Amino acid sequence: MPTRDIPSRISVDGIGKSFATEQGALHVLDQISFEVADGDIVAIVGPSGCGKSTLMNIVAGFDRPDRGTVRIDGAVQSAPSSRGILISQAGSVFPWLTVQQNLMFGLNGHDHGDRRQLADHYAEMVGLKGFETRYPHELSGGMLKRAELARALVVKPEILYMDEPFSALDALLHLRMRNELLRILAQERHTVLLITHDVEEAIHVANRVLVLSTRPTRIQASFDVPFAHPRKLSSAPVQELRAAILRELGVDSYSA
Amino acid sequence: MIGWNRVLPAIAVIALIVGVWWAVVVLTHSVVFPTPLQVVTGTIELIRDGTLWQHIGASLFRVGAGFGLAVLVAVPLGLWMGWVKGAYVTLNPLFQMLRPISPIAWIPIAILWFGVGDLSPIFLIFISSVFPMVVQTTSGVHTIEKRYLRAAANFGVSRATLFRQVVIPAVLPQIIVGMRIGLGVAWLVVVAAEMIALRSGLGYLIIDSRNAGNRYDLVVAGMIIIGLIGLLLDGLMRLLEGLKVVRWRYAH
Repeated sequence: MPTRDIPSRISVDGIGKSFATEQGALHVLDQISFEVADGDIVAIVGPSGCGKSTLMNIVAGFDRPDRGTVRIDGAVQSAPSSRGILISQAGSVFPWLTVQQNLMFGLNGHDHGDRRQLADHYAEMVGLKGFETRYPHELSGGMLKRAELARALVVKPEILYMDEPFSALDALLHLRMRNELLRILAQERHTVLLITHDVEEAIHVANRVLVLSTRPTRIQASFDVPFAHPRKLSSAPVQELRAAILRELGVDSYSA
Repeated sequence: MIGWNRVLPAIAVIALIVGVWWAVVVLTHSVVFPTPLQVVTGTIELIRDGTLWQHIGASLFRVGAGFGLAVLVAVPLGLWMGWVKGAYVTLNPLFQMLRPISPIAWIPIAILWFGVGDLSPIFLIFISSVFPMVVQTTSGVHTIEKRYLRAAANFGVSRATLFRQVVIPAVLPQIIVGMRIGLGVAWLVVVAAEMIALRSGLGYLIIDSRNAGNRYDLVVAGMIIIGLIGLLLDGLMRLLEGLKVVRWRYAH
């Protein structure tokens, strides 16, 4: 844990956000505050439509809050930057560039040494060795996610913003990508803010889980995940934590 | 191997039309309208004396010049209008008004400004193909998916990189569609323009053949050649759609 005088990597202080709709103002985020320390992995879970993605867009700098501030390393977040890369459900690997060109994309105009070598290093890390010259439409969904992850890692961002990153994948692939992500995070040590609707994913990956309420959204509960990696998801303490989080979300899990 | 059941029906229909045409000409004892055989011998005659290649060359040159110029103007202009809202708001209404004016309507003005040389048809082709390409390019920029622009913003790339690696390749498939439309229109227009005045070109060949002794065999020969070259030009444009950098757009 950071001491008092070192600013948190991410500091979210009292942010609120409304959208104008035809039925009047839609009050999405009410009053949200939390801190993420350097190297921490924090998952945010919440009911659908509670504004998880709105929150992520604000924290990552793509959107402005109506109230409150987001600080990254103590500086107010006003625009997206390559210090924090967003990986979203839809994905944004450029379909007109090859895997290698995609990986080198963020290195343009920066002094990163040999760009190609760096791109190939991360292609190998995510298991895309041999696919560097392929175009995205020639890849499977899982490989596309790997490419997206590698493209983010290449620029060595301090923060990874992950908004339902693997939700579009089938269950088996989803689990595999989670394991891959954990393997990579053990090597690279990023600060991660993960938004998900999947409680199991949150417990599997994160050190801390924040539970959001329904709209207007607040942080309803916070859980530490004290288990060492690799985590055995079927173990009793993990299952107890899962049930506790699900209860916060208003779901009984007797049958689960 | 070509799939025979794909080309066979097309060939059968053409054969049928040629057969009916032949029968009607013979049965009506027409002295003006040619039989298919007369069209073929007329074509061979044009090939022998070399005038066919001159006419084709002249038409292709005018299309190449007018269309090439239109691409050079339309693509940057379309990108600018797509990217800069002020440019779109200012210029789009004007272009939407100019676009429905048939290129044929410009012929008197073309003759007034450029005379009856090569410049008139080049101008007409330019006018006819530039608007569809501007419109396609502009709409291509407008339909770039937000997630790609956001990713570019996230990586903080320079403006030059943004254009070179995101905007232009994202719009390229639309530009190619615009070029296909533009070239199609250009080919339509060159023939029409050459019918008015000039001394060469496939349009001139058709009008001149009629005026100089009712050579309808050469009129029909000219029409068929125009159709075949049009098909060829469209085929060339379709090859562009097969390029790897744009296939992502057409594959789905």
